Amino acid sequence: MSEVSMTRKQQDLILPNGTPVDTSSPASSSSLLNRLQLDDDLDGETRDLFVTVDDPKKHVSTMETYITYRVCTKTTRTEFDLPEYSVRRRYQDFDWLRNKLEESQPTHLIPPLPEKFVMKGVVDRFSEEFVETRRKALDKFLKRVADHPVLSFNEHFNAFLSAKDLNKRQGLALLTKMGESVKYVTGGYKLRARPVEFAAMGDYLDVFTQKLGTIDRIAQRIIKEQSEFLMELREYGPVYSSWSSFEEDLHDPLEGVSGCVSNCSSALEELTEDMSEDFLPVLREYVLYIESMKNVLKKRDQVQAEYETKLEAVVFREDKKTPVPSDVEKCQDRVECFNADLKADWDRWQNNKRQDFRQLLTGMADKNIQYYEKCLAAWESLIPLLQDKQDAKGETN
Amino acid sequence: MADSGSEEIAVIGNTDLTPSESENNLKNTMVEKGTSLLKMMEISVAEAEKRTGKNAVNMQETYTVYLIETRPVDAASEGTNPVPDSLWRRYSEFELLRNYLLVTYPFSVVPPLPEKRAEFVWHKLSADNMDPDFVERRRVGLENFLLRVASHPDLSSDKIFYSFLTEENGWKETVFETGFQAKADSRLKALNATFRVKNPDKRFAEMKHYGDELQSVISQLLRVRARAADRLYGVYKVHGNYGRVFSEWSAIEKEMGDGLQSAGHHMDAYAASVDDILEEEEHYADQLKEYLFYADALRAVCRKHELTQYELEMAAQDLTSKKQQREELATGTIRTFSLKGMTSKLFGQETPEQREAKVKMLETQIEEGEELVKERNTECEEFVKSAWVDIERFKEQKDHDLREALISYAIMQISMCKKGIQVWNNAKECFSKM
Repeated sequence: MSEVSMTRKQQDLILPNGTPVDTSSPASSSSLLNRLQLDDDLDGETRDLFVTVDDPKKHVSTMETYITYRVCTKTTRTEFDLPEYSVRRRYQDFDWLRNKLEESQPTHLIPPLPEKFVMKGVVDRFSEEFVETRRKALDKFLKRVADHPVLSFNEHFNAFLSAKDLNKRQGLALLTKMGESVKYVTGGYKLRARPVEFAAMGDYLDVFTQKLGTIDRIAQRIIKEQSEFLMELREYGPVYSSWSSFEEDLHDPLEGVSGCVSNCSSALEELTEDMSEDFLPVLREYVLYIESMKNVLKKRDQVQAEYETKLEAVVFREDKKTPVPSDVEKCQDRVECFNADLKADWDRWQNNKRQDFRQLLTGMADKNIQYYEKCLAAWESLIPLLQDKQDAKGETN
Repeated sequence: MADSGSEEIAVIGNTDLTPSESENNLKNTMVEKGTSLLKMMEISVAEAEKRTGKNAVNMQETYTVYLIETRPVDAASEGTNPVPDSLWRRYSEFELLRNYLLVTYPFSVVPPLPEKRAEFVWHKLSADNMDPDFVERRRVGLENFLLRVASHPDLSSDKIFYSFLTEENGWKETVFETGFQAKADSRLKALNATFRVKNPDKRFAEMKHYGDELQSVISQLLRVRARAADRLYGVYKVHGNYGRVFSEWSAIEKEMGDGLQSAGHHMDAYAASVDDILEEEEHYADQLKEYLFYADALRAVCRKHELTQYELEMAAQDLTSKKQQREELATGTIRTFSLKGMTSKLFGQETPEQREAKVKMLETQIEEGEELVKERNTECEEFVKSAWVDIERFKEQKDHDLREALISYAIMQISMCKKGIQVWNNAKECFSKM
């Protein structure tokens, strides 16, 4: 977002309670400004970073076979040396990026990647359908990161988009960035009271995951039933054909019906494929998304617990008139920043979720409508064929 | 009660009814040939009812009876609406009627009855004969049977058929009095016997083959259709689960809630719509079944032709051999082996008187044989003529009916598609408002 023309200079910000904020962490300043910002404008006009994933290619080497994707970037941001980039990345590069984002931006919700391992074992990792499904998910992943006001400025994201050879950078990154990344200790502190809004988030995510799981199962069941129906149709149509072979007058009508059934079969096959390729993967993506979100919520709880515990220890010694130790202040800062980042990301996520599901379900409805329209056209075109002979017959009689 | 008796109607109880006699009968009946009974009276099977009673072995049984209603056609057109005449019959009585018709009109493709037991069922359909849906479809099938018989050029004027429709009591006895059962047994034997015909009419052989193929293909079609119906049912019903989960999901949503909830209702409607769709398709299946059973009737006529042809050939063969024997006796040469001939050779010639007697006997036999051949030949020719007329009539009826059935099937599919489009459009609208 161009309004958030971030430079990572330290800015002195004061928290409402008067204490200065430690803005040493790269994340916090931008996220505080986030709080003061209006709703994210997702219009293309205000975007200054465009990313696409396309052109999957298979690479065969002696060691392994894998797929790479082309990642194209167009940007006007000054953080990038060039206005355009085109690099090739494989899945493990995306995985590296996501891990880096999680590490370096632990207070934010990081979009999910498509599943790493193909669990079924029956799916061909190199089939057109699988690769296309994966490409779409990777594209969505990068677009979500690119649209995020904080994540899009992450240096690892920058490297991912621009570096010619990511492998070297991966190694370097591991060595030099360790010290800089903000580490949050999940030290087993006990949380007193979770703030209502975060508790609500947790509850919502629990129920939502459940419902998504149910929808996934229903969709799978429908696909299964449709496939079995398709099997019967593939046997049904040809029977009319073999019947027509020993009929005279009825030959054409019977052949017509056979052709119709065959058309409907093809349409059904398309519908089932679409549901498998477009519908289910998006559902599963969201389930993964929610899992990572729940982890972030847990981390937030931990940060708050740590703060509360340390504060308690200090308060206990309040009478000694010692100033609030800086580490407690740091904790408080962390809590406030985390909460702010999370809230902003939550709202963004809710918006995206709404759009995504509106699109997903509308798409599902569209696919079904298209299926029925194809079948309707087939049967309607058959009627004149069936009736035509009759009229002709009537005339000759 | 409508007057069924008239001197002009020949007694149909004559079991040795030849096609020529039957034609004679038709000329003598009140109904002119070609005018079907249906033009004179309205027939319907209006209701079905359950009854309990004691059967032949004095066991309690439950069965269904069907109400046959008849009403003269002119009565309705006159503006008055008299109460129709009616009587109750059970399925077994329909079977008896049909068996009688099969025996009495062997050259007719006799319309079939609806199936005795539910076959080609898919899981939701009951195979139980007492199931109300089955009874209802049977009622329609029985009515269809009566209408077919009543519009058949030969069958519709049958007296037994008429009294089936009009005389509640004593009908069974009347049928048995015709003695058709004896002929039924021999007919059954003939149909099951294997014999080789030297010169069958090619057309009948082809027709029989057609009957076989038709039966086979319709059986297959019905079987696969039933399986497909099962699967389709599953597809629709599972969508109902969307209704439930969307409703549950909408409870935790703010802006998305309404859209989800209403979409869920449409999914429920979609799931429910399959019941009507498949019920309609059952009607199509019944139309196919009728012709499945018609194929059997067609084959029976072809078999009967083979039998008459065979009997003709047997008679002709017998005549030929008798003639040969006469020739041998006359010329003294023995071309054919006979035990009598051998013994006379061994033990001495027979006397001229003996030979004279033999020749006379043969002459009589040959005369009788020639008569028989002539008779059988006429029988064969007349059978071929009448049967082929009815087969042609049947062919036209079949082409017309099956074409109609396919059209109504296509219309059913179109209706199903339109319903599907509507439901999903409704759901789409709800989704877009999410």
